[in-house]
Amino acid sequence: MAAGTSPASPVRLPLAKAVNAALRTALDADPKVLVMGEDVGKLGGVFRVTDGLQKDFGEDRVIDTPLAESGIIGTAIGLALRGYRPVAEIQFDGFVFPAYDQIVTQLAKMHARALGTIKLPVVIRIPFGGGIGAVEHHSESPEALFAHVAGLKIVTPSNASDAYWMLRQAIECDDPVIFFEPKARYWDKADVDPSGIPGPLHAARVVREGTDLTLLAYGPTVRTALQAADAAAEEGTSLEVVDMRSVSPIDFDTIQRSVEKTGRLVVAHEAPVFFGAGAEIAARITERCFYHLEAPVLRVGGFHSPYPPARIEEDYLPGLDRVLDGVDRALAY
Amino acid sequence: MTVESTAARGKPRRSTNRSTTTTRRKPRQPRDGMVQLLTPEGERVEHPDYALDIDADTLRGLYRDMALTRRFDAEATALQRQGELGLWPSLLGQEAAQIGSGRALRPQDYVFPTYREHGVAWCRGVDPTKLLGMFRGVNHGGWDPNTNNFHLYTIVIGSQVLHATGYAMGVAKDGADAAVLAYFGDGASSQGDVAEAFTFAAVYNAPVVFFCQNNQWAISEPTERQTRVPLYQRAAGYGFPGVRVDGNDVLAVLAVTRAAAEQARSGQGPTLVEAFTYRMGAHTTSDDPTRYRSDDELVSWEAKDPLLRLRRHLERLDAADEAYFAALDEESDTLARRVREAIRTMPDPDPMSAFEHVYADGHSLVDEERAQYAAYVASFADREEN
Ligand SMILES: Cc1ncc(C[n+]2csc(CCOP(=O)(O)OP(=O)(O)O)c2C)c(N)n1
Ligand SMILES: [Mg+2]
Repeated sequence: MAAGTSPASPVRLPLAKAVNAALRTALDADPKVLVMGEDVGKLGGVFRVTDGLQKDFGEDRVIDTPLAESGIIGTAIGLALRGYRPVAEIQFDGFVFPAYDQIVTQLAKMHARALGTIKLPVVIRIPFGGGIGAVEHHSESPEALFAHVAGLKIVTPSNASDAYWMLRQAIECDDPVIFFEPKARYWDKADVDPSGIPGPLHAARVVREGTDLTLLAYGPTVRTALQAADAAAEEGTSLEVVDMRSVSPIDFDTIQRSVEKTGRLVVAHEAPVFFGAGAEIAARITERCFYHLEAPVLRVGGFHSPYPPARIEEDYLPGLDRVLDGVDRALAY
Repeated sequence: MTVESTAARGKPRRSTNRSTTTTRRKPRQPRDGMVQLLTPEGERVEHPDYALDIDADTLRGLYRDMALTRRFDAEATALQRQGELGLWPSLLGQEAAQIGSGRALRPQDYVFPTYREHGVAWCRGVDPTKLLGMFRGVNHGGWDPNTNNFHLYTIVIGSQVLHATGYAMGVAKDGADAAVLAYFGDGASSQGDVAEAFTFAAVYNAPVVFFCQNNQWAISEPTERQTRVPLYQRAAGYGFPGVRVDGNDVLAVLAVTRAAAEQARSGQGPTLVEAFTYRMGAHTTSDDPTRYRSDDELVSWEAKDPLLRLRRHLERLDAADEAYFAALDEESDTLARRVREAIRTMPDPDPMSAFEHVYADGHSLVDEERAQYAAYVASFADREEN
């Protein structure tokens, strides 16, 4: 392909390359799509997610911005008002906060303030989560800080195929979407079929069927949850793993169906459990499934402490052992 | 150390009008162009605004500071390659900007660094091994800022420039005789925080020196991606002086920073110093600059190397002989050895330490989670015993 080299038949891609393919396809398909952010051009982003895009689509469409996150999102809003569909990259989770004001006070609310007359099709891509041995501010999971805000949609793929499809759908969406990419999974490979038909963007998915307990995860913790299900199976426990995929809205119907079957729910996310997504899920599922629950909904996740130095991050993260401990505790009721 | 005298020379001049509300004396407007006192060939030149009377001892001291800093930095890069550090942001090429400005300060001045100010840390007396902790991943800081008046490294670009300004506002309120140095990069100059810091410093006449190391790159983005005018000229729009100094000329940086710090201490408000320099290495050990910049550029800056030019100058003056440089090499090796040993024996933190210092006054949820996690960890020990 000339400008676009979007794959046409199923290919095995690492998650980072799947994001690249989705951006490439979107840039190819719609001249209004722009990619913008720090170092996204020549460098191809610090994770090489935008590798080669500037070369193929030019500096006017794949834009290296000044080092200013409020500027990136604020101008993305303006570009969207002018009819563009900006896909803005925030280099790391911890660096979104200079843009928090623009996202919360402007991006999220503008459609409502204009009584629906204007649309804000802005996608904000944010690599998030820990486990990569990084310094401060490079390992955080701030999704709940955004989920609390009406007007934002929030999704996170756990695998390359979802990364491809969910990003394409996010770019097509007329609402602002925050697209959290699990950076620790950037190199995980999966088959991506660009000619397939994707499911709905905000649907959760049962990724492994089971009968004894539902393990709900999203983004980086899905892989851990699947490992936990393998380990539990060896001990004769059957876990159903649900990939939540969307943090706002949340597909409670799918979760409910699973919990009605298993009677138990454990939620695993890297973000602090205090006021985290798990709290919302626990409350709603308790309401919806009160008579089916054999145990309280339990949460496994980060602590109410700053994300720790890399050498002890495994203690903070909901790894295999801590997830299994949560499973054991739920089963013990 | 010989260079201690350098720092002490700036005469304390107590200001009479340090109140933040009084009008300030009009600061001297520096002229355009780049201040240079030492050519790349090591020739001493004069500048009408920045006289510098400096003895051989001090010159040797500055060279020693730069050489040791460079050696330390190279060792840290090597340690990253060996897996001892997760990441290292090298200061290679910026030694003069950092040593010149660091040595312009007095003990009571206060420094707010980015993550690359290893040379300034050295001048402040921070043990170099302490800089490694956060890059090894054993802590998020590693030193007490108030011991050396050197704040923690800040990773979020631009944030510390506001902190420096606020600190300086406090200094002014106290009527104290100190300047505050805010370090930041050319990339950082685009951040709203930095623009806001300029505004606050200007309207409150805060005794802060904005020290921008324009090393030409913000990761892969050249300075032209951040500004269309020379960065020092931005100061004019805020109403305080801005000056560009040859950032690879340790003498010019020393003189310019000393003057700016004295202006701050004497109640004449902020100055923006743009140290024009070059990041000779990668952004960090994770970066691959071959993707975005040419070798030619690097070569042209190698000719302006900050150590080389001071060495040439010392040789011209006959102020340092082979024996001096040999002894310095040995001292560098000793420092590198000490750093290596320190890193290899640096203990991992206790996982329970993650629950410490979250709050000054404690927090019941932290206590609860600490207890839960301790019980969880203990449960493994129990299992092993059984
Ligand atoms: C708010 C924020 N955004 C992005 C980053 C990622 N980042 C780290 S260093 C850097 C470039 C900084 O350039 P500059 O200010 O010129 O300083 P230098 O690294 O050249 O010393 C970027 C974009 C960050 N640390 N903080
Ligand atoms: Mg720079």
